[in-house]
Amino acid sequence: MSFQIRKFYYGDIPEDKAGGAIVSKQTANDWPLWEIFIRSKQGLDHKHVGSLHAADAQMAIENARDVYTRRMEGVSIWAVESKHIHASNPDEATSLYEPANDKIYRYPTFYDLPDEVGHM
Amino acid sequence: MSVLINQEELFQDRVDNEIKIEPRDWMPDAYRKTLVRQISQHAHSEIVGMLPEGNWISRAPSLKRKAILLAKVQDEAGHGLYLYSAAETLGTSREQMINDLHSGKAKYSSIFNYPTLTWADIGAIGWLVDGAAILNQVMLCRTSYGPYARAMVRICKEESFHQRQGFDILLTLSRGTPAQKEMCQDAINRWWWPSMMMFGPRDSESTNSDQSMKWKIKRKSNDELRQNFVDMCAEQVKVLGMTLPDADLKWNEAEGKYDFGEIDWDEFWNVVKGNGPCNKQRLDARRKAWEEGEWVREAASAFAKKQQQKQKQDKAA
Repeated sequence: MSFQIRKFYYGDIPEDKAGGAIVSKQTANDWPLWEIFIRSKQGLDHKHVGSLHAADAQMAIENARDVYTRRMEGVSIWAVESKHIHASNPDEATSLYEPANDKIYRYPTFYDLPDEVGHM
Repeated sequence: MSVLINQEELFQDRVDNEIKIEPRDWMPDAYRKTLVRQISQHAHSEIVGMLPEGNWISRAPSLKRKAILLAKVQDEAGHGLYLYSAAETLGTSREQMINDLHSGKAKYSSIFNYPTLTWADIGAIGWLVDGAAILNQVMLCRTSYGPYARAMVRICKEESFHQRQGFDILLTLSRGTPAQKEMCQDAINRWWWPSMMMFGPRDSESTNSDQSMKWKIKRKSNDELRQNFVDMCAEQVKVLGMTLPDADLKWNEAEGKYDFGEIDWDEFWNVVKGNGPCNKQRLDARRKAWEEGEWVREAASAFAKKQQQKQKQDKAA
């Protein structure tokens, strides 16, 4: 069975297919997709919570309020249209992240200091 | 360490090592297909599941019960949305899924093809139907596909309120007048067997199960989950002072579990095939809601477009 991938959500839009350009006729009637980020309380980062369809940004925020903050889960909402999110390609994960693997001197535990130094 | 030769082995190796699969990762076509089917069915169940309960919003016995039921039904809509979004990460579109539901191609849980005849049914749905759903959903919080698992975690957090409010309705009735007690028992009698059917065919009859277990989409078999459900309800029903309508239900001391009677599998397959008491009514209601909402969808799109043009003009000026 062949399954054509038309869209990648949750911020998983790789650079080479960015912009949601491959939209089939079937999806053309759907309202655009938005990724929703919520700040659960003052002082914390906005965190991705999911996605929803909405005609415009205002509706995206109103719908996000109704869907993702029914139980006081947030004090602030960001809505980003999914097609604007660019993501790294998981196939390149090895070459992207491996260079960090052997640089153990970046961690404080690499340095063996005398006990007299105390907490550092 | 063995050398991994192909994508499929690499995939299975990740699953075996409890590494979640994310939307852009390579996955076997059949894995994708199974997930789209399962997640969209699950989403449809949440949406269609609003109908039997919606039937009682305007007839709830008090303002408190009404407010609670409204909140619960709103939760179900949210659960549907979380699940549709998870399915969309696999490359299917919302519109496609909705079309498949309306054409009858996609299934939803048969339980929602039974009618809600009395207020006690709302209690029985919360306790038994949501109780059965929770057992399945708690398992799915650990499913191998990341977006599905995350949706489930969110759903499970909200679902326990549903089960508790249902039990609370039945508890109140069970302590009421003889007529209320009778209503409570009657609802349990009617919802028990359909709830037992929610776990699907017996393991020996279930064709999809083995592969789903291997891929860790499912982590417990239908029969295992059903046994958990019986063991849980057989104890809880005592608190209500009611009984479950199964003459064969008996504690099995040797095996440390309840024995129970046979499900009417003819009824099960009959409702799956579309011949349940409310199959037609449910689908008609969904189609009607979709068709009558079309002008709203169009108007909102037109408004958004107009606003965009206006913004562009303002910038240019």
